[in-house]
Amino acid sequence: MQRDTLVSFEGVIKRFGSFTAVQRMDFEIKKGEFLAIMGSSGCGKTTTLRMLAGLEAPSEGTIRLSGKPINHLPTWQRDTPMVWQSLALFPFLNVRENVEFALKMRGVGKAERQRRAEQWLDRMQILEFADRNIAQLSGGQRQRVALARSLVVEPEILLLDEPLSALDAALKVRMQSVLKNLQRETGITFVYVTHSQSEAFSMADRVVIMSRGVIEQIGTPQEIYGAPRTRFVADFLGSSNIFTGRVRAASPSAVEVDTPDGPLALAGGNLPAPPRQGDTATLTVLDTKTHLSVSRPTGQANVVPVRVIGEEFVGATATVYLETAKGQEIRVQKSHDELAGLPLDIGQELFVHWSPADSHLVAEA
Amino acid sequence: MSSEAINRSRAVDWSLRAYIVLAYAFVFAPIAASFVFSLNSDRFPSIPLGHFSLEWYRAVASDPLVWQGLGNTLVIGLIVGVVSTLLGFGAAYTDYRYNFFGKQVYLALALLPPTIPVIIMGLAMLAFLSRVDLSGRAISVIIAHVVICAPFAMAIIRLRLSQMDPALEPAAWNLGASEWATMRHVIVPFTKPAIFGALFITMAVSFDEFAIAWFVSGLNETLPVKVLGFLQGQVSPRINAIGTFVFVISMTLVILAQVLLSGRTGPTAADKE
Repeated sequence: MQRDTLVSFEGVIKRFGSFTAVQRMDFEIKKGEFLAIMGSSGCGKTTTLRMLAGLEAPSEGTIRLSGKPINHLPTWQRDTPMVWQSLALFPFLNVRENVEFALKMRGVGKAERQRRAEQWLDRMQILEFADRNIAQLSGGQRQRVALARSLVVEPEILLLDEPLSALDAALKVRMQSVLKNLQRETGITFVYVTHSQSEAFSMADRVVIMSRGVIEQIGTPQEIYGAPRTRFVADFLGSSNIFTGRVRAASPSAVEVDTPDGPLALAGGNLPAPPRQGDTATLTVLDTKTHLSVSRPTGQANVVPVRVIGEEFVGATATVYLETAKGQEIRVQKSHDELAGLPLDIGQELFVHWSPADSHLVAEA
Repeated sequence: MSSEAINRSRAVDWSLRAYIVLAYAFVFAPIAASFVFSLNSDRFPSIPLGHFSLEWYRAVASDPLVWQGLGNTLVIGLIVGVVSTLLGFGAAYTDYRYNFFGKQVYLALALLPPTIPVIIMGLAMLAFLSRVDLSGRAISVIIAHVVICAPFAMAIIRLRLSQMDPALEPAAWNLGASEWATMRHVIVPFTKPAIFGALFITMAVSFDEFAIAWFVSGLNETLPVKVLGFLQGQVSPRINAIGTFVFVISMTLVILAQVLLSGRTGPTAADKE
């Protein structure tokens, strides 16, 4: 184990009756990082967080915090405060008493309690609401109370379970920067569970993508976005075009795949496990790495004839939806300037092409 | 006002109001009559009324047996209220917190006693308590009343617990509170309005209950049993005086409970240390 590891999951499995929520999980959380665990509902991300918080015990395996196994340490003896999806603020206590709660449970004296609570209320810019009831606060203010309540014990790690899901879009973006700044300033390790790609990718240093209790990929947002490791990740992120075919030729640095829409080539990069000839292979290319032209480009490897089926305005860019003769959908994302010269009427015939270096092979599972 | 709603005919509106007035009149007229006659000088309830008089209250107040009955009733009511509320809280929290095999049966049994006809309940209690040598004492009435009151307390507290955010309790654990500390600092404060509501309702139920008390009380008669004694001997306006008094106490308890239970989050100022 590395010195900067704060938490490690070693072969952790969680079963509920006959249902396996988390299947043999091995990964580490580094000290001071902002880690997002992302996946659709039921993928095991919340169960993972709850095991870390001590609200569920692993069925198998070991969870270590700062090197010590914590499997059977009850949650009230761990310093792993959590910000809940519902926030779970105590409605019968006012803002100040909510923030003081964890200190009171630890037997901190009244004066000290008050001082530390006020310090965090001030830091979260809600000191003026200290004597209000929870019911009198807005959504954003409650969010700040929940953060202050968890951070007042100055833990090494903070767990967040979709804390922004109840906020409207504008407030969500504002709270994202509050969270990111807070994490950077305090150096506290944040573990942030979410189903939202934009939340995970905009805040996290590293992202864990889960599906059906399995970790599909761990990496920085750039790594995952640029090179999704599995078909699930590519599908889930929705920014890659995905092709499946049979391997015609393969070497450690180049692969050629026969797809219904013609041969597609992949070059460069190091392939984790080069496929064998005749295998089924799936390759992806980001929609920002694909190009459009009116006439068939010469000397290009990956060229697919397509028809325009739609266009969508996405702020600074636009996405062009295209379809091959075999019915495969391809998306191309470009700036408005780059698209300006192209005829994009529905049914217009064009050619999509991209460099073999921009293709990636993904695992099918 | 709702009467300004567009699609509402005035006739329907007024007849609905009249219906409510009549319904309440139907319920409260006998009690009102009892109140009026309790202050009437005539020996028999008849119209026209005689003159205003407190003589029946004086007669009641000077009867040591009435005082004894009232004392029994109050002490029993208080003990029954506290014990039933404690038992009801335990049962309601068990239902809220745990899932176990046979939980439906547990719930059905816990809520069953008030549905048993009181005569049968009273007879069964008498048979059982006399066998274990506990009949004819104040404790007999307490035991019998707790059996019928605890389910009310459980139902009231269970309703309040069902309104609690399920994350509240684990959130307290997560912030360093042990299970006992969470019970004291989160569960009890959250359910406090329901706990007091249950206390007052169960006290009121015990206070008014007649049939079972009649079977098991022996010489330790409660006030309702005493009233029946009056009725059997003679028709006396003293009954009206006692009735009015009992009604005021019961209503006070029920209204207190209602105020506590209808507050959305309860009295927050009272929750401070």
